[in-house]
Amino acid sequence: MRFLDFERPIYEIEKKIEELKKLTREHPEFAEEIKTLEEQSNRIKVRIYSQLTEWQKVQLARHPDRPHAVDFINGMIDDFVELHGDRHYGDDPAIVGGIGKLEGLRLVVIGQEKGRSTNEKIRRNFGMPHPEGYRKARRLMELAEKFSLPVFTIVDTPGAYPGVGAEERGQSMAIAENLKVMLQLKTPLLTLIIGEGGSGGALGIAVADRVLAMQYSIYSVISPEGCASIIWRDGKLAPKAAEALRLTPEHLQRLGIVDEIIEEPLGGAHRDPETAIKSAKERVLYHLKELVVKDPEEVLRERRERYRRIGYIEEVALSS
Amino acid sequence: MLFRRKKKEIQAEKKDLPDGLWLKCKNCGEILYKTQLEKNLWVCPKCGYHMRITSRDYMSILLDDGKFEEEIAPGLRSGDPLEFPNYKEKLETYRKKTGLDDAALAGVGYLDGKKIVLFLTDFNFMGGSMGSAVGEKFYRAAQKAIELRVPLVALTASGGGARMHEGIISLMQMVKTSLACAELDEARIPYINVLTDPTMAGVMASFASLGDVIIAEPGALLGFTGPRVIKQTIGEELPPGFQRSEFLLEHGMVDGVVHRKELKATLSKILDVLRVPENGEG
Repeated sequence: MRFLDFERPIYEIEKKIEELKKLTREHPEFAEEIKTLEEQSNRIKVRIYSQLTEWQKVQLARHPDRPHAVDFINGMIDDFVELHGDRHYGDDPAIVGGIGKLEGLRLVVIGQEKGRSTNEKIRRNFGMPHPEGYRKARRLMELAEKFSLPVFTIVDTPGAYPGVGAEERGQSMAIAENLKVMLQLKTPLLTLIIGEGGSGGALGIAVADRVLAMQYSIYSVISPEGCASIIWRDGKLAPKAAEALRLTPEHLQRLGIVDEIIEEPLGGAHRDPETAIKSAKERVLYHLKELVVKDPEEVLRERRERYRRIGYIEEVALSS
Repeated sequence: MLFRRKKKEIQAEKKDLPDGLWLKCKNCGEILYKTQLEKNLWVCPKCGYHMRITSRDYMSILLDDGKFEEEIAPGLRSGDPLEFPNYKEKLETYRKKTGLDDAALAGVGYLDGKKIVLFLTDFNFMGGSMGSAVGEKFYRAAQKAIELRVPLVALTASGGGARMHEGIISLMQMVKTSLACAELDEARIPYINVLTDPTMAGVMASFASLGDVIIAEPGALLGFTGPRVIKQTIGEELPPGFQRSEFLLEHGMVDGVVHRKELKATLSKILDVLRVPENGEG
């Protein structure tokens, strides 16, 4: 298991526990000590995780061992059939899409996948989609509407890919078109942010009736590094930018962007992915069940109203 | 070598100029007489380089009397939803500097006698970036076009896209403006984009890409990610002309590249054909 700097005390005590456990067969007297250490480990976890800075939460959202979109799909969806390609140019492995069932509820699933092994990461382009990924997502959303299926999208991306091919094939157009389609789709849309919600790249599949966020996920207009280097001309001020951007779920909920936060196991989803995915499954199912019984026209009307309202404006008397 | 300007050559844009009589084209280096340049709509007569101009300059180029008959949502300003460090002060500075409330203007006016709603962003106000005020202004401009059943022309200059000082709220303005576009679509209101230098990121990836017709000024930088970031990411030199209007035309992303002098006439021709259907809904 890989660990972040601030996780080191947990990692060290866990290593010690593991070593002692190996010896307990010959030395049963260690059992007592293991118990003490486990209690101590729990106390440390509670202490560390109750005092996380915004920057540490950003690092957690990007933790390499966090469960990814495919893990959520495998843990939540039965009879998943992956559907490939945008029917125009290619298939983008950074976006996984398909159909399946969530506890018997038929749906379309679209998720951004970062990949885990080095090869897989390269193949999936670290979860940074190209225009063909957004166009595949769009095709699947339209498929969902045609067959009256809800759409469940899973967000986890540093952003849309900044590359020559992506620009040549219309990255902006692909995202803009998706935004419009999601505002016209007469079927429920639910988004779950599981790790990184990187700006327009995330938004391209994340206009929804309900937006849920895992406890240690982030969602932001720009990365803290990018923000710091533009505003303060120093990427090292990323921790300061992470505070300023209000990109963690509590802030996002207060700002009306996230509807519900899904609590993660102590120490984060990467310490117990199964439990984390199970909690997510329960809440996703709950919200989807609520949405699918509604009139799709009404669902769309409410979705539009939701986005119509977002904004903080002042209107002053004529100034010019 | 229109697209490979070295940093050192980039100097005086119009906005930085003292009230001198002469100025230098930042593209070809030609020394130009200011009144001559003004007559040429701030396009270098020698190399055709389109200098950045203000939203008010564009109003005077496009509108019959050079001004709105009615301004839409004057006095609309962004709040400070995140209490972002120094944002309030920054807004104040730009308001003083530009005389604008925020980075967008909109109003009802006439183009060659045809009544339209014109929406413009202004690069001089925080790079033309989109926060709450720009998003709301666009939405209201679209509503006005629907209400009056007249076309909407949106001219954009935005280097930063979504304004980061309003964080996620700015990102959501991409959705709000796209919603306006969906409503224009459903009401069958002609919607024309004019992309000027630069139109990037969150603005380009929302309402600036959703027009029925998309026109670009020559040589404008247009795209999702800025060239510097792309270069850093891929670690290679970018192809010549990358992300310029002509590049987008070649890749099928815009309908045409139109010289500033031809802009009004071209829009007029388009609006003459793409009219609001008389028996349309609405």
